[in-house]
Amino acid sequence: MSNLVLHLDDVQKNFGGLRALSDVNLAVEEGTTHAIIGPNGAGKSTLLNVCVGRLKPDAGSVTFDGQELTGMLPHEIAQIGVARVFQTPEIFPDMTLLENVMLPAFSRRDGAFKFNALSKLSSQSEIRGEAEHILEDVGLKEQMMLEAGSLSRGDKRRLELGMCLILKPRLLLLDEPTAGMSRHDTNSTIDLLKKIKSRGMTKVIIEHDMHVVFSLADKVSVLARGQIIASGLPEDVREDPKVKEAYLGGTA
Amino acid sequence: MPIWLEPFGANYPDLLQKFAIYGIFAIGFNILFGLTGYLSFGHAAFLGIGSYAAVWSFKLLTMNAIPAMFFAVIFAGGLAFIIGFLSLRRSGIYFSILTLAFAQMSYKLAYSVLTPLTNGETGLQLRQTDPRIIDSLFVEAGAGLPSTNLFGLKMSGYPGFYFCAVILIIGFFISMRVFRSPFGLMLKGIKSNQNRMNYTGLNTRPYMLTAFVISGMYAGLAGGLLAITDPLAGAERMQWTASGEVVLMTVLGGVGTLIGPVLGAGLIKYFENIFSAFNAHVLTEMFSFLPDAVVEVLVPIFGLFVGGGWHLTLGLLFVVVIIFLPGGLMEGFNKLFGLLRKSGAQIRGKRTPQDQPGDGG
Repeated sequence: MSNLVLHLDDVQKNFGGLRALSDVNLAVEEGTTHAIIGPNGAGKSTLLNVCVGRLKPDAGSVTFDGQELTGMLPHEIAQIGVARVFQTPEIFPDMTLLENVMLPAFSRRDGAFKFNALSKLSSQSEIRGEAEHILEDVGLKEQMMLEAGSLSRGDKRRLELGMCLILKPRLLLLDEPTAGMSRHDTNSTIDLLKKIKSRGMTKVIIEHDMHVVFSLADKVSVLARGQIIASGLPEDVREDPKVKEAYLGGTA
Repeated sequence: MPIWLEPFGANYPDLLQKFAIYGIFAIGFNILFGLTGYLSFGHAAFLGIGSYAAVWSFKLLTMNAIPAMFFAVIFAGGLAFIIGFLSLRRSGIYFSILTLAFAQMSYKLAYSVLTPLTNGETGLQLRQTDPRIIDSLFVEAGAGLPSTNLFGLKMSGYPGFYFCAVILIIGFFISMRVFRSPFGLMLKGIKSNQNRMNYTGLNTRPYMLTAFVISGMYAGLAGGLLAITDPLAGAERMQWTASGEVVLMTVLGGVGTLIGPVLGAGLIKYFENIFSAFNAHVLTEMFSFLPDAVVEVLVPIFGLFVGGGWHLTLGLLFVVVIIFLPGGLMEGFNKLFGLLRKSGAQIRGKRTPQDQPGDGG
């Protein structure tokens, strides 16, 4: 059996009287792409928020590589190798694309805090080279001197992906990475994500687009009303009658 | 000499000193506000403690400017660490209010409980009977009060100005390095998107606290230099109006730009000097070419804006700049240069086709 990277054990989260997650169990294996699908309001984003420390679960545990994540601060979780792409891109809008990507590179090299006021940004050629390389990967190298806020929504998502990739995380969580993208952009994002997969990075993807899910995922879990109702290989999940009823409806 | 040049006149080094000192104050403030976007309304506290620390250094140790500056920076840094540590638990308007509250508390304390240290309302002054331990080892105390010096060079008048100007240049250079360093990039990241900073693995609190302490040290240095050029310290330096003034200077010049805050500081101190020097007599003379009846109407109207009322002029200037140039004077300069370049390019662009032979045929 291969190594488990992320492990959720009976995780519960309530918002007032609403049970967003009830006894969620999830095991993500190293090097795989694990898709989580489910209807709107099923608790998918809540699940990711619990993983990165934005929300604290009411019960249960989340472990990453054997380490308990509940109670850790977001920056601590990020430092041990968990990165996240958000549904609405979280970038630095009034900085250039190059600065946007260089900043996480410093975080990876220097840790959560380093008072580095004496060296010049322009003399950090190693970090700069790395940043340019990542920008080339996500197809934004030509625009690297533009302000990030001026990008289209699709480009902002790609930039955010680049900012996460330069962290070289062991686990990458993606919240609908292709939402709002054109078919062409979606396909190039799929290609990009496939390329990362060959580097052995573990990914958890929340996605609505079945085309994306079935072209990327090694394993699919279906979340409905705060519970995982099915988990397995994409083809098996597609045929599961419970899933058809809860999510795919008559169309599948 | 025309009145607008008078502040630069031969016997007016005091104003030049103020340009340099408040320039330092604004540069430091801009490291916090310009880079992280955290608006402190309490920087006067650091200016004040810097002055007190410098005067105590004169009283207890020596009249030399170097130890005075050193203690001003250290004490201001310490106070900034405490106030910053507590205030940075909140952001936005709550942070601003906390810093304002702490500064006002310092001001009130300086007036009341801390009177033994601050000499209350009278202000902390030098005395003939001060110990001056280090100085007394080397020279006999003279008959009068000794003056502040830099290894014998008196720190009033023009030498004082040159000294402040050198410190200003050093301070500017350090701020430039901070702006262009990885640390500066992190501070810009905090202003731009703190959420992303956290999910990128960066702990924002120590970054902000460091920026706060650095800018507090600049303020303390400015306070120390105020005492070096004129060795007394009063609690009014800690009042909220002084905190507000540095905000005005930075915003007027251009928040987040390198040179903007220095320009803003210079402009405000210059206008303060000119407009507060005006009075009814000067106004009457200025308008003397007009008929008497008109002068009688104009003088009271303009009188509102000058002398003690010069803050009204400052307010108007501020409103005009913020409405038309929200990026401050630096935005104005950039726009102007942009226009000049554009019109230059247009002229060249128009000329080129005419220069080509056979174009008209």
